[in-house]
Amino acid sequence: MIHDMIDIVREYWLLLLIGQYPNGPLGGLANTLILSALSIAIAFPFAILLAFARLSKYRALRWPVTVLVYVTRGVPLLMLVLWSYFLVPLLTGADVPSFFTMLATLVVYQGAFLSEIIRAGIVALGQGQMDAARALGHGWFGAMRYVILPQALYNMIPSMLSTFVATIKDTTLGYVINVPDLTFAASQVNNQLLTQPFQVFLILALTYYVICWSLTALTNVVERRITRRRAGLLAPKRPLPVSLTRNATEQP
Amino acid sequence: MKGFDLTAILGNPEYMAMLVHGIEMTFVIAICSWLLAMSLAVLLLAIRFSPGRIGNPVVAAYVSYHRNVPTLVQLMLWYFGIYTILPMGVSDWLSAHSAEMIFAVLGLGLCQAAYFSEDLRSGLRSVNPGQLEAARALGHGYISAMRFVLVPQGVRNALPALVNHSVSLFKNSSLAIVIGAPELSHAIKEIENLSFRTFEIYLVGTVLYLVFSLMIMGAGAWLTWRADPVNGAGR
Repeated sequence: MIHDMIDIVREYWLLLLIGQYPNGPLGGLANTLILSALSIAIAFPFAILLAFARLSKYRALRWPVTVLVYVTRGVPLLMLVLWSYFLVPLLTGADVPSFFTMLATLVVYQGAFLSEIIRAGIVALGQGQMDAARALGHGWFGAMRYVILPQALYNMIPSMLSTFVATIKDTTLGYVINVPDLTFAASQVNNQLLTQPFQVFLILALTYYVICWSLTALTNVVERRITRRRAGLLAPKRPLPVSLTRNATEQP
Repeated sequence: MKGFDLTAILGNPEYMAMLVHGIEMTFVIAICSWLLAMSLAVLLLAIRFSPGRIGNPVVAAYVSYHRNVPTLVQLMLWYFGIYTILPMGVSDWLSAHSAEMIFAVLGLGLCQAAYFSEDLRSGLRSVNPGQLEAARALGHGYISAMRFVLVPQGVRNALPALVNHSVSLFKNSSLAIVIGAPELSHAIKEIENLSFRTFEIYLVGTVLYLVFSLMIMGAGAWLTWRADPVNGAGR
């Protein structure tokens, strides 16, 4: 069985890695990673704005964003994928590749999740930071830009990394609308072989495992370092309790 | 594009029957896999806390696998992979007893067990160790100290995370569409194909999912408040 798996990898590694790239659209693992990185990169500034809106004192700003956050928390990602598969071509009036449809979905979905993380980070800093910055003559935006966000975002690096892991796992849902990612490539391999579905899907699962596991391990290292930095350089270098280092990956 | 008309969906008895069936199946999957996940999580936790040498790494590997592989891929591995290598008798029996549902419950339940057991574990770990010593000093045995002192506090600490993961279990039941289980999102796709009223049926489906998720969140918030009226209310 292991021989079968090695043979499959030897035969199809290029397809799994970049899809049918020179002859077709970029796909495979490369596309999965590009899709996740791109959606986080776009979702991030968007999420900061959403977090500001949720913390705002104006109801007209706070309520729509609260509704958006609850909708994305309460509705399965699959439903959102179906929505954008229907709406994105309708709104743009063009035949959009499924890659961009999935990108739009992930930006909205992860933007809402990230905004909650950022909001929590800003709230966790405490009102005192804002008050002190304002007392020193910063305006609201200046205080945010120079005092609050640098600290809050630094403390949130681990949560962001685990959001990235969650995004990699979320890209698999592109399978439903035929986004050419790793899962799609694996099912193509399966359709060509037909006889060894277990081996193919095991390879798929193990590939995701290796990627997500290493990123989660990185997250834990970064988190430990940041917690130590926050505790001050003089703090004793004892191992942290496990409860602080657990990774907060979301699902699926 | 036809004009927006919800009654084309809600007024059609055939579509309504499909929707209701979809909701039933979604709840069957969600509830069965929740029960499976919770019982397995308690078992995993018991192995973690027992002194054996072999159990701990095995449980750690189980948890790590299920948290780092996308749930969709796990379901695909179950249904397209493991299903095909089972002995003939077993797979025949499964295909006669709606294999999609069984594998959906199995896949989602086993995956969620990893999350639940980690929630419970960090809940238990956040109980002050002095509590165990105090309980022992008062004459409780290990089991009874666990039962009456540590577990109630640990579960209370774990409640918010357990509720969040129960909501995601409910949402993840929609992933069963890829293995063809006849749950709510499957029904939505079918009605879309029959009626061509994409906007209306997606709207109905979204509202249904949202209402059920909010109900679970609300019940969770109430439970958290019940368990700890002073500190748990803000969640």
